[in-house]
Amino acid sequence: MSAQTAGHETMNIKLIVWRQANREAAGRFETYEAKNITPHHSFLEMLDVVNEDLIKQGKDPIVFDHDCREGICGACSAVVNGVPHGGHQRTTLCQLHMRKFKDGDAIYLEPWRARAFPIIRDLMVDRSALDRLIQAAGWISCHTGGAPDGNASPVPKPEADYAMDAAECIGCGACVAACPNGAAMLFAGAKVSQYAALPQGQVEAPQRVAVMIQAMAENGFGNCSNHYECQAACPKGVNVKFVTRLNREFHKALLLDKVGAIPSK
Amino acid sequence: MILDGKAPSGRIQDSWDKYRFDLKLVNPANKRKYKILVVGTGLAGASAAASLGELGYNVEAFCYQDSPRRAHSIAAQGGINAAKNYPNDGDSTYRLFYDTIKGGDFRAREADVWRLAQVSSNIIDQCVAQGVPFARDYAGYLDTRSFGGAQVSRTFYARGQTGQQLLLGAYSALSRQIKAGTVKLFARTEMLDLVVVDGEAKGITVRDLVTGEIRGHAGDAVVLATGGYVNVYYLSTNAMGCSVTAIWKATKKGAFLANPCYTQIHPTCIPQAGDYQSKLTLMSESLRNDGRVWVPKKKEDCGKPADQIPEDDRDYYLERKYPTFGNLAPRDISSRAAKEQCDDGRGVGPGGRGVYLDFRDAINRLGEKVIAERYGNLFEMYERITDENGYKQPMRIYPAPHYSMGGLWVDYNLMSNIPGLFVLGEANFSVHGANRLGASALMQGLADGYFIIPYTIGGYLAAATPGKVTADHPEFAKSKADVKATTDKLLSINGKRTVTEFIREFGTVMWNDVGMARSEGSLKSALQKIPAIREEFWKNVKVTGGSGETNQQLEYAGRTADFLEFAEMLTRDALHRQESCGGHFRVEHQYPDGEAMRDDADFCYSAAWEFKGLGKEPELHKEPLKFENVHLAVRSYK
Repeated sequence: MSAQTAGHETMNIKLIVWRQANREAAGRFETYEAKNITPHHSFLEMLDVVNEDLIKQGKDPIVFDHDCREGICGACSAVVNGVPHGGHQRTTLCQLHMRKFKDGDAIYLEPWRARAFPIIRDLMVDRSALDRLIQAAGWISCHTGGAPDGNASPVPKPEADYAMDAAECIGCGACVAACPNGAAMLFAGAKVSQYAALPQGQVEAPQRVAVMIQAMAENGFGNCSNHYECQAACPKGVNVKFVTRLNREFHKALLLDKVGAIPSK
Repeated sequence: MILDGKAPSGRIQDSWDKYRFDLKLVNPANKRKYKILVVGTGLAGASAAASLGELGYNVEAFCYQDSPRRAHSIAAQGGINAAKNYPNDGDSTYRLFYDTIKGGDFRAREADVWRLAQVSSNIIDQCVAQGVPFARDYAGYLDTRSFGGAQVSRTFYARGQTGQQLLLGAYSALSRQIKAGTVKLFARTEMLDLVVVDGEAKGITVRDLVTGEIRGHAGDAVVLATGGYVNVYYLSTNAMGCSVTAIWKATKKGAFLANPCYTQIHPTCIPQAGDYQSKLTLMSESLRNDGRVWVPKKKEDCGKPADQIPEDDRDYYLERKYPTFGNLAPRDISSRAAKEQCDDGRGVGPGGRGVYLDFRDAINRLGEKVIAERYGNLFEMYERITDENGYKQPMRIYPAPHYSMGGLWVDYNLMSNIPGLFVLGEANFSVHGANRLGASALMQGLADGYFIIPYTIGGYLAAATPGKVTADHPEFAKSKADVKATTDKLLSINGKRTVTEFIREFGTVMWNDVGMARSEGSLKSALQKIPAIREEFWKNVKVTGGSGETNQQLEYAGRTADFLEFAEMLTRDALHRQESCGGHFRVEHQYPDGEAMRDDADFCYSAAWEFKGLGKEPELHKEPLKFENVHLAVRSYK
């Protein structure tokens, strides 16, 4: 296998990485070198190489969230040269490969930066605010057991496909990190739209959208002002039309008088 | 000891309904007095925690990830089986039961498999009600496709992300219970010990992965849904954080570990590209519906571009060897066949470790658009990793460790031999025998969590006094001290080699000696090498940082240390099982044509191992397997 890596051109990369010991500590940029990287290394495998070097020197390796390394769990999260996940279409950081870079490149690496995502350490942030949005109302109230036959209510294929497009979201939070307002409208909009498109989800649609909008304010997320940075950064290509749907569902809920007090924040 | 699986007797068709009726119930008003600890929030854990919370139990749920939605169930691509018979192609509960028993090479308990097949239809209904966006046809009805080891179309799917969508469904149900206050979630929290009091499981010791705090949680029952252990091979399709730790700690506290040698090597993974690689990526088995697997007939053709190899010089070996199932032969058989071709010097790609998966004929027949609609995301993933276009040239695939059929031994209640310790999903050994069929893992995880544990746990709790043990019991202090001692030890060694260097070396030993083909010689050699690596690990590993902070190297070191112990039990199990069955292939036991040779006279049992101390022979307990509804037969897919 070494023979195979030897067959490739290798490159050296300069990394300028945000280091921060914990939530309270002051952060700073540190510079490292990633040596002998092949075009087939994934971005995270390149970071592994740097970390192995750091450990050998007795230094703390760079902390970053990662798990499945196949682009679906949504754990990996870093801003590469100012763009969440590095800015390649429909690509999470773990699926970004070093063939997109060249020898001698300098790469800036930072954590998601948003009011709702406090930094835990280095590139790792606390995204539990997204879980709290789902807990607030991102579900259909059906108990286990007693569900009708799966074919009892047919769902037109275009609606099913639309719901699936919305459900592609992996909850990584890149949309929030990319948004100048730190808004989670794409994340919440995708969930609201998925359920609103399906007959099962329509029963609770007005309450759901009202509660989720309130929860966004309570959890420190901003509001949408149509920059569309979220869609550009989304590694799953979730479309801003779901933000439109969120707004439409909210207005429907207003008309139905299901919203209650408008959140003050 | 001869183990009793407590499988109900009588007509199998009535077994679960009758058993469910006979189970004791906990009064609705009393349920909140019982605390249940659920470890792991994948399909099995999240569905269990949500369903138990809905029933009114007081649940605490734990996951090492930052959110339950990231559990590795999310990576399952292809689909979930259910005996709905929507396509009218002859499916039934009996057929799903039969296919699963046969697919598992007759090494699973009949009653458990029957129950799985019986509740499979309810799972689809439940998930639809939750808003899981399954694929639909133009009439609006649910669509299905075929998977390996079945001749009916019973696999429901949501594009190439079925696991993700089912997990998000369970996660939404769990989230609803968190809001309702019945479930308390502890994310970024790893279980590092099981606490057993007076012979019963009454709690766990955990480490908070952010602050480093080591803490005890007491409960009336413990449910482990902590997934599988194939990261013991280092390179696998599992997520980086998947480990054997939770079930290994339980094993060390007396739980029996059953059939650890049944590991699944998945045939359709992207081949390894270099030695820096951190994981292998799976591509859904559904690709085999339209892709044809082949290698060049002549060794000298292996280096040529695929389109320069004429049709007559291609060996479509699965179609040749298994004309009935063809490219949809089960996983164990397909993986071994790929290895055979490569061992014969006819593999393709770097190092000759790959076979072609070719869509040329399907594209000519159906058009690229149809293929893109079916598998577009998989072609995209393949291109991103390999920089090759699967529409223009055949994909290269190679088998990789994927799933563990073995796990903690459980009875029909999904309870281990330690009363109060329940085990769900991939973490138990129950239904897949020696080989799991595609699209059956999702089915099992959700069956266990939604439709089995909510009933069977009541039978145990009804006879237990709620709140009998609290976290100030001396056993908790002892467990905490043990965990802390291990953590401190790992940090104090300050050796020369990193954790990754150890697990890489060790994983290579496991893959070569205890991988797809095992022999007495290779297994004995592994039993020499494993303790040596373990010994060096504890003398020479380098873990930076401290214990009272976020420390990923420390987490990794702990998980690796557990793999280094567990591997020995896996290897001993493989050595003791002198037959070939499913994912366990002993080269000494094969038919002249290379097919696996089972030995029902001597090995028709589940092997449950009792830990007796490190470096000591574990004790073997047998649970004999009885087949009353299917005939034990040589498994043939020809």
